[in-house]
Amino acid sequence: MADLTTDFLGIKSPNPFWLASAPPTDKEYNVRRAFEAGWGGVVWKTLGSEGPPVVNVNGPRYGAIYGADRRLLGLNNIELITDRPLEVNLEEITRVKADYPDRAMIVSIMVPCEEQAWKDILPRVAATGADGIELNFGCPHGMSERGMGAAVGQVPEYIEMVTRWCKQYYDKPVIVKLTPNITDVRKPAAAAMRGGADAVSLINTINSITSVNLDTMSPEPSIDGKGSHGGYCGPAVKPIAMSMVSEIARHPDTHGLPISGIGGITTWRDAAEFISLGCGNVQVCTAAMTYGFKIVEEMKSGLSQWMDEKGYTSVEEVVGRAVPNVTDWQYLNLNYVAKAKINQDDCIKCGRCYAACEDTSHQAIAMSEDRTFTVIDEECVACNLCVDVCPVEDCITMEAMEPGEVDPRTGKVVEKEYANWTTHPNNPGAVAAE
Amino acid sequence: MSSPMTPGIAVARLPADALAENFTDLHAPFAPHEAAVAADRCYFCHDAPCVTACPTDIDIPLFIRQISTGTAEAAAKTIFDQNILGGMCARVCPTEDLCEQACVRELAEGKPVEIGRLQRFATDTLMAKQRHPYDRAPETGKKVAVVGAGPAGLACAHRLAMYGHDVTIYDAEAKAGGLNEFGIAAYKSTDDFAAREVDWLLGIGGITIKTGMGLGKELKMDDLVGCFPAVFLGVGLGGVNALHSDGEDKNGVDDAVDFIKELRQASDLTTFPVGRDVVVIGGGMTAVDAAVQSKLLGAQNVTIAYRRGRDAMSASRYEQDLAASKGVRLMFNAQPVAIHGNGAVREIELEYTSDDGNGLKGTGETIRLAADQVFKAIGQTLTTDGGLVLEGRKIAVTGAGRTSRDGVWAGGDCASGGDDLTVTAVAEGRDAAMDIHATLMGSN
Repeated sequence: MADLTTDFLGIKSPNPFWLASAPPTDKEYNVRRAFEAGWGGVVWKTLGSEGPPVVNVNGPRYGAIYGADRRLLGLNNIELITDRPLEVNLEEITRVKADYPDRAMIVSIMVPCEEQAWKDILPRVAATGADGIELNFGCPHGMSERGMGAAVGQVPEYIEMVTRWCKQYYDKPVIVKLTPNITDVRKPAAAAMRGGADAVSLINTINSITSVNLDTMSPEPSIDGKGSHGGYCGPAVKPIAMSMVSEIARHPDTHGLPISGIGGITTWRDAAEFISLGCGNVQVCTAAMTYGFKIVEEMKSGLSQWMDEKGYTSVEEVVGRAVPNVTDWQYLNLNYVAKAKINQDDCIKCGRCYAACEDTSHQAIAMSEDRTFTVIDEECVACNLCVDVCPVEDCITMEAMEPGEVDPRTGKVVEKEYANWTTHPNNPGAVAAE
Repeated sequence: MSSPMTPGIAVARLPADALAENFTDLHAPFAPHEAAVAADRCYFCHDAPCVTACPTDIDIPLFIRQISTGTAEAAAKTIFDQNILGGMCARVCPTEDLCEQACVRELAEGKPVEIGRLQRFATDTLMAKQRHPYDRAPETGKKVAVVGAGPAGLACAHRLAMYGHDVTIYDAEAKAGGLNEFGIAAYKSTDDFAAREVDWLLGIGGITIKTGMGLGKELKMDDLVGCFPAVFLGVGLGGVNALHSDGEDKNGVDDAVDFIKELRQASDLTTFPVGRDVVVIGGGMTAVDAAVQSKLLGAQNVTIAYRRGRDAMSASRYEQDLAASKGVRLMFNAQPVAIHGNGAVREIELEYTSDDGNGLKGTGETIRLAADQVFKAIGQTLTTDGGLVLEGRKIAVTGAGRTSRDGVWAGGDCASGGDDLTVTAVAEGRDAAMDIHATLMGSN
């Protein structure tokens, strides 16, 4: 069994699976259940300032989109930060941390962009014995209208400023949670780094409207006939999150900044992918909200099995392994030539590859009278669409051509040497290869 | 009250509630959630094999996608465009031999998309709205006679009425529907569905049904051709083949089709008689329907005796397994040679058979089975040919049901070509209607 213990910013947890700051971590009862179920840590649902707590809507908070069989692919929510009194949350955090000293306990905070507000709350959080804090600069709905959450996360100078206050008034790790509702995630990440952040976590949720009720013409979730954009999460956002994570992981300015990965992590495989892109651990929310806390068992067993199979003995060894392979398009090897290949034994003759290729791609699949589908190498550009639409995994594969072979599509010999766009003759800005 | 053990032919072998339970829908209709789950399994194949396998060419992937997007009424329209009796076909089609056999998920997993039940979900949804979904074209003033109010005739009449023609359907029975009404196991068409479907279909308008009018009896071919510029024959196969065995005339030896027909029309199953030891001779759907229903009525022992091997049986493996699951014994390579009994049948004597490649032969070895009721289900025959040229034992047709006589078309079981299936009859009736329309309007 691979060792899943992680040390993230000096915070130890028995596994890299933390619950993200969200409804599942809003109170002691839930968090105790999570720890009993085996989660490695939690980020407590965001605390606000002392005083009357925020209020939530009294109607639906969530909207969803589905895949086949009503499998939840994306969830959006309009819930705000905790609507329970600060003191109650702090007492609960203290009790739970005392009872589960081996689990990571991070407290998410969102107070106004005033130094005093942070100066007031940080000592009280420190007193709980929590292992660190996460600054909620990402919440895209409600709080952002009040100058907090994503409204801060969208202004790098604010991020830097608040982060610096936190480092000044709090002596444990400070994680800055980033919003994806920006153009270039590297800017806020760099700002957090300048402010002294120990790590960033991303992504927070994405501005979204999941559906419109066509009877009432109200966006969902609908509150008395009106809807507001919510924060989108769940499996559908994973690709967006991974791209943002990878940008931070590979950019020279932010490379090496610890990252806690968030965004649609549903299985061990998702977690391993985030970790390979540079995350020291991962945070999960929607999967738990969809299936309950028990899913962590599959995440732990799956990650452990895969690590054993690959010979990795610690999570640390996996962190960032894929980062060197994330590059810019211009550096992709244009001399790499592949062709689709359909395994006739696995083919169930649905013809989806044919429809996709014939209607929307390169007319590179032939269909015979008896529904045998074959790739026309002379036409195939290896776009992968057939692979993507095939219902049978690995029935269609992309086979690389060997150097020296002639690509029947171009009539050119496949070159052994790597060559990219920067030196390509069609590129007006090409530089001569040395 | 009697029991399954009561000797002879008896009523009320089972209590009323057991009978009611036995004769409910063979496949319960899908609830909306079940339909959504089942519809999600469809891959929306290109040039889908299921469509190719459907005699009426229903665009199955399209209608399933319409169900999955919450528009079951549009799905039904997709079905009815090709097959106006899509409701009945959803219930009685041997989908295991047609669309569902061709489904790529049958190939992939041995579990096809449940096309038949999805079709029923769609058609039931639309029909429950009690709205006929088609409008008639302006009246053409052309009159067409349709003989036989079964699937072929109804499909033909509906399509003709839709084109604006004035259709008169003649049927020998007192009630329209043909085999849908009289020839299908009761558990496949519950709640008087066949009759309700006919009423719904007639909602198109322009169709008059005249019952008690049989061809060769009340109706003469020459009169029809004289009165109507186009005549469609969908008269089915009204006769039943004989066993040609000694003792065939004994009491208790009946035609399976009569048993099935009377059972369908019975208003009270507790007064419907069945034997204790029932033997059904034959290997088709009629044999299975008779055998299974005998068992469901409470017969103690029911045997289907078929003269050839399992593979040659025209009832599908699914139907064979259904019969077996209800407790029917399937006996292969056994042909009847004599029926014994003093007035009423007591035993049937069967001879084993073998086929060494040179035709089926009796082995000389016989076996006797106790039998107080024997059903003959060895095929039906054409009873009236209207003076038309035959091909084999059916009315010869070419193209879209054209017979040897100008102005006369035929389709369904009475016509040559195609399987004797409801869905095939619908396709033939529909296609003949289109050819009739083209002919009447002078575009042929």
